[in-house]
Formats: sequence, C-alpha cells, structure tokens
Amino acid sequence: MASIAGALRRPTSPTGLWRWMTTVDHKKIGVLYGVSSFLFFLFGGLEALIMRVQLARAGHDIVSPEVFSQLFTMHALTMIFLGVMPLSAAFFNLMVPLMIGARDVAFPRLNAFSYWVFLFGAIVLQSGWLLGGSPNVGWFAYAPLTSSSFSPGNGMEFYIVGLGILGISSVAAALNFIVTIINMRAPGMSLMRMPVFIWMTLITSFLLITAFPVITVGLIELYFDRTFGMNFFNSAAGADVVLWQHLFWVFGHPEVYILILPAMGIVSEVLPTFSRKPLFGYPVVVLSGITIGFMGWAVWSHHMFTVGLGPIANSVFAITTMSIAVPTAVKIFNWIATMWGGSISLKTPMLFAIGFIAMFVIGGLSGVMHSVAPADAQQQDTYFVVAHLHYVLFGGSIFAIFSGIYYWFPKASGRMLNDRIGQINFWLVTIGFNLAFFPMHFLGLDGMPRRQYTYQSEMGWDLWNLVSTTGSLILAIGILVFLHNFFRSLRHGEIAGNDPWDGRTLEWSISSPPPEYNFATIPTVHGRDAFWEEKYGHDGMNVPASVEASNATEEGHHGIHMPSPSYMPMIAAIGLSVAGYGLIYHFAASVVGACITLVAIFGWAMEPPAEPTE
Amino acid sequence: MHHSQVSEHATTTGIDHRKMLIWVFLGSECMFFGSLLATYLIYYGQSLPGTPTPGEILDIPTTSVSTFVLLMSSLMMVLAYSSISRGNVRNFRIWILCTALLGSTFLGFQIFEFTEFAREGLTPKTNLFGTTFFTLTGFHGAHVTVGVIWLLSLFGYSFKGDLTKDGGVNVDLIALYWHFVDVVWIVIFTVVYLIGITNAVHNAHG
Repeated sequence: MASIAGALRRPTSPTGLWRWMTTVDHKKIGVLYGVSSFLFFLFGGLEALIMRVQLARAGHDIVSPEVFSQLFTMHALTMIFLGVMPLSAAFFNLMVPLMIGARDVAFPRLNAFSYWVFLFGAIVLQSGWLLGGSPNVGWFAYAPLTSSSFSPGNGMEFYIVGLGILGISSVAAALNFIVTIINMRAPGMSLMRMPVFIWMTLITSFLLITAFPVITVGLIELYFDRTFGMNFFNSAAGADVVLWQHLFWVFGHPEVYILILPAMGIVSEVLPTFSRKPLFGYPVVVLSGITIGFMGWAVWSHHMFTVGLGPIANSVFAITTMSIAVPTAVKIFNWIATMWGGSISLKTPMLFAIGFIAMFVIGGLSGVMHSVAPADAQQQDTYFVVAHLHYVLFGGSIFAIFSGIYYWFPKASGRMLNDRIGQINFWLVTIGFNLAFFPMHFLGLDGMPRRQYTYQSEMGWDLWNLVSTTGSLILAIGILVFLHNFFRSLRHGEIAGNDPWDGRTLEWSISSPPPEYNFATIPTVHGRDAFWEEKYGHDGMNVPASVEASNATEEGHHGIHMPSPSYMPMIAAIGLSVAGYGLIYHFAASVVGACITLVAIFGWAMEPPAEPTE
Repeated sequence: MHHSQVSEHATTTGIDHRKMLIWVFLGSECMFFGSLLATYLIYYGQSLPGTPTPGEILDIPTTSVSTFVLLMSSLMMVLAYSSISRGNVRNFRIWILCTALLGSTFLGFQIFEFTEFAREGLTPKTNLFGTTFFTLTGFHGAHVTVGVIWLLSLFGYSFKGDLTKDGGVNVDLIALYWHFVDVVWIVIFTVVYLIGITNAVHNAHG
C-alpha cells in the first residue's frame, strides 16, 4: 500500500499529456468534458446520418435491419448520455465556480473522478460496436425484449454496465455541484442573487442524484435476471414486465429535464446580455425552474399511455403533463419580455438563444399534443414523436449549447469565435434542422412508424423522407462550419479581453482565460447581475467605474494554494471500468477492478492536499 | 497547510463541505433503497402458488437478535464519535472496533440466514419473493460491508493521522453513513419481516 502510494506521489507540475490526465482544475476538466462529449456528439450524428441515408428512399438497403436497430439505439444513448449531458457538465465545470466567485469546486479530485468515469463508461457503452454487437432494443430497453432469451449476446450487457458506470459519474458530479453551489458562493451572493444558470445547475444536480438511483436499480434487476436467472421481469414466474417501464420512465422523465434545464439556464444568461436588460421576472424564472424540477417527477406515465394502465392513471398523468407546460410557458414569456424594449445585438450567441426559443416552442406545442392521451394513442411510435423529441432536444438543448459555446468560448480560450462564420453556422444549422425534422410531423401523422429500417414506396412517404435526409445533410454541413470556426478561432480568433460582451455576471470580471486561481481576491456581491452593477451602478445610470482595479493585481496570487494534480481519480475510474468489463466477461476481472478502485480510494484519502513546495 | 484548512472552513453555510456531501449522498441512497423496496412491495404476494412465502421462510426471533446487534452498533458509533470529538483517541479506538465487530456480527447473521433459507428451498431464482428479498437485503448487506471496511480503515488511520482535527469530521461522516444504513435496516425489518409475518398470521386465521 505504502509503496504504491509512494510511487504515485502527488505530482506537482506535470507537463504535456500528464498535465491533462492528472488535472483537478475545474476549467481544464470542463475542457476535457467539452472536447470528449463533442466527439461523441459527432459520432452520434454520424449514426443519425447513416439512418437518414438509409431512409432517403423506399426500400434502400444501405444497412441491414439488425444494424439499423443498433444504430437507433446507440444514436439515442450516445446523444443523451455522451452528448447533451456531458456538454452540460462541461458548462457546469467551466462556469459554475467563475459565476459564483469561487476558486474551484468543493471537491476538485471528485470532479476529475467524475470526468474519467464518464470517459471510461462511454467507452464501455460504445465498445459493443467492436465486441460483437451493440444493444438493439431502443434506449428505453423494454422488458421482456431485453431478457437473455430474446436478446442473447453481450449487447444488453454493454447497455447495463455502460449506463451503470455513467450513472456513477453523473451522481458524483451532481453531488459536487450541489455542495459547490450551496457552500462556496462569494460573500453577498444570496440564493436569489445567483445567476439563473447556477439555479438551473443546482436543480439539474438534484434531479441527477434522485433520478439515477432509480435507473441503477432497474439496471441491477435486469442484470440479475440475465446473469443469475432471477425473476424480476420473468412473466413465467408471475412478474409484471411493466415494472421495467415504470422504473425506466420514473428515471427517464426527470432525465428529460436534466437535458433541458441547463439549456434554459444558458439562454437565461445570453438573452439579458445581448438585450442589455436584466432578466425579466428573475424570481418567477427561478421558481418555474424549481416547479419544473418537482413536477418532472409526476409525469412519467405519459410515456406509457398505450400500455393500458387504465383511464384513471391516464387522466391523472395527462393533467399533470398539461400542467407542466405552465411553468415552461412562463419561462418562455419571461425570455421574450427580456428582449422586449432591449437594445438587442444579434451576435451568434443571441441568434442561437432566439433560435432556441422558437424551436423549443414548436417542440413544446407538439408535447402538449402528446399529453392528450387519446391523441397520443394515434401518435405513439410514429415519426411525430421523433419530430417532437428532436425539437426539444436538438432545437432546445443543442441550440442552447451552441449559444453557450459562442458565448463562453472567449472566456475559456481568450479568443473570440468568428461572428461571420458563426452566422453562417447558425443559419445552416437552423435551416437544415427544420428541413430534417419538420417533415417528420407530416410523416408521423401519416402513420410512418419509428424504428423501421425501411418502408414501401406505395405508402407515399418518399418525398418527405428525401427532404428530411437533405435537411440532415445541410445540418451536418452547419456542424462542419462550426468545427472550422472553432479550430480557426483557437489560433487566429480576435483577442477577447476580459469582457467582450459587456457581460453581467462575475466570470466577465476576470481575465480570459482566467488564471488558475480564478479570483485574486474573492469578490463581494451587492446584487443580482453583480458585475453589471459594479460597472454601471444599481440603476444602470452611473458612469462606468474602474472595474479592473479589483482584479488587476497579479501579485495577489501569492499565498493562494490551489490543490495539486492527482493520479488517484483516474486510477479509481480505470478500476471501475475494469470491474465493469468483469461483469460482462469474467467476475475475476471485477474483483481485480474493485481492488484497483479501493487502493486508489485509499491513496486518494491519504495523499496531502498539496505536495509541500518548501 | 494549517492555514489552508482554516480558509476551507469559511463556507457559505458554515457546514463542512464533506458533511454536506454525505447528507446529499444519503438522499440519493434513499432513492436507491426506495426503488428496491418498491420492487419488493409490488411483487409482495405475487409469487406463484406453492412456492415459499415470507411466512414460511422468515425467522423473526433470529432476525430480531441481528437487528438488535445492528442497533447496538449504532450506539457504539455514537460513543466513538463522542470520544473523538472530546479528543479521546484511546476510547475512540475501542468504540470503533466494537462498532465494526457488531457490524460484522450482523453480516454473520445475514450469511447464516441466507444459507438457512437456501436449505429450506428459497434461493434468488426460486420465485419473486426470493428474487426481491435477496436483492434488497443483499444490497443492504453490501452497504454494511462497505461501512465495516470504512470503520476499520479509520481505526487503522487513528494510529497514523490525526482524527480529532476539524471537530472529528472524518468520524462524523462514517457515523452519518452508519446510522443511515441502520435506519434502512429498521425499514426493511419492519416492512419485509414484521409486516410479512403479520399478514401470514392474519391469512392463517382468516
């Protein structure tokens, strides 16, 4: 034990790759999250493009039905768990400490652990492509299709173990952000002075820690059934297979809000900045977010209207689902009112934020249509649902994430993303997205079923499918334009300076990129939009004060001790993934993996907070 | 180093980060055990006729003893924390060993119970009762095992490092976890054992 700890003494200033692998700095971890999840986002997009090409014409046979089933399953899992969620986590990591005036998160090593567990969990989930087949039962994986008799092979094991490991990552990260936000705010930043993005991060984190244990139990039960022949979903032993649907959607619906609340937080920061007005009705926006967080737990059975739960259950869940539209609509009106009468500057972040509102309203309206249980019986399992969910997840979450990338890239990198290319990026993505997904409303109402690898020409679905595929290709070009902008701007982008957008929140008061310790002196907050008030005074009429003064003293960092890098989080995460593969192939590997993790945890607990420098 | 410790304590709420973390984590654990318990309750009485029932299998007197043992371990935990917060490391070592010992005794009871049930014909594969019972109580047992490892680690650490610093927060963390696991057992004992038996008696008479 001691010798291992000695060999892996806490590194002080590693260089190159090791610097990234041992970092505990929230900004670097945010970049790691952002880069890896964007790669998975591109991979999930590639899966989608293959499906769209397959569906471009009736009777195409680019991919087999078997591969198509794996594609739609993995597309959903990739986009939800490896795309949108970790992209949100990238923003949490990069921005939360900066926006609350903290030097790091509460548990820097736990933060690194979350990232590495995410990465290795993602690899386990994706490794099915190389190891004999990915899961092919849809991301919801309804029993009894997932039983070992109907799904032989290891596909379901990659699903179970992959999602299990990703759940550990999400819960660890969420615990960290809850403690950080509640316990590390700068003096004066009361809860109702926190930026809305921080509020949404907090609510999302609470949803994560409460929703993931439920799916974890479902995954454990499924694993026990498949591996040990237990009876959780074995109807021959009297089991009710609908139990899986309940466990899955009790998790699955809060998960929907886990995907959208961070997006709502981002646009709540972007819209006021580019309208040069405070957010309209801040307390109402915050309370709507909390209400959505609570009500998100009371609507799960609207995914199960056609299961046959009976008229009472269907009515109750139809009513709760319609009611959750109220706080959502309240937010939309607040965002619109924020822009009303403001001096709006249509930079790329603002375009994406406005695009978010427009697309999300369309997706929200089709969502309200789904909440009508009898109508949903018609729409169930058709492309109408595909259209709806992409309008809220792409038109909602991804638009907001792009808005956030354009908004905060200057803070993270020190350079601006090119605005002209950004505008091209926005319009290509918006046009491509609408061409790809709006026709799916027509196809769905016309009865085209989801998850079918092809269709007959006589059904009359050729035209809209071709339009949709064309749209998806335009969308893909839009993403490529973004990548071009990203890499170009990293090197040649205009130097951003501290405050390129005339921002309102604390992150704009420090240099871009921020120093390792973020704030030389912890700021004191006197109101909402703390930095704006500092610049312009409470009524916005004051002459700009010299705000640089508070931060200008570079010498101030003497005596600020940041935690040293550490090997332990990554080693603990490696142990977990070894244990995970052990659950799939051989339990001996699980024991080895668990031991690696245990040793890493001991090393973690014993290593000093920082290697002594003197 | 001492100075950085002091500055870390200037939290917004005045509560130590680690203590807040463990509270929120236990909230997450509530959902975990809640889901396992919900599965058990949904399948309560749903096993195929002719297969073992809770009334035939569960042995209340034995499990009452093991429940008492676990409750007493919580008392030992309180004494251990009280010792360390008064700076008495010697007494702390005694009480924390007692806690770990009683926790291990509880685990011994559980192993005995599981093998006994298997001999009587109830395994995780037998029926829905077996599947849900062993999973629920097994995961509780796994939590007790983690707790025992944690307790023994702290016992070992008490010879090497200083557990009294920060008001003994390192002991406070395991104490919160240990009491939580104990409370979960009280719920399981009530719902699975006592109510299970009550219903069996009720059915026999009615």
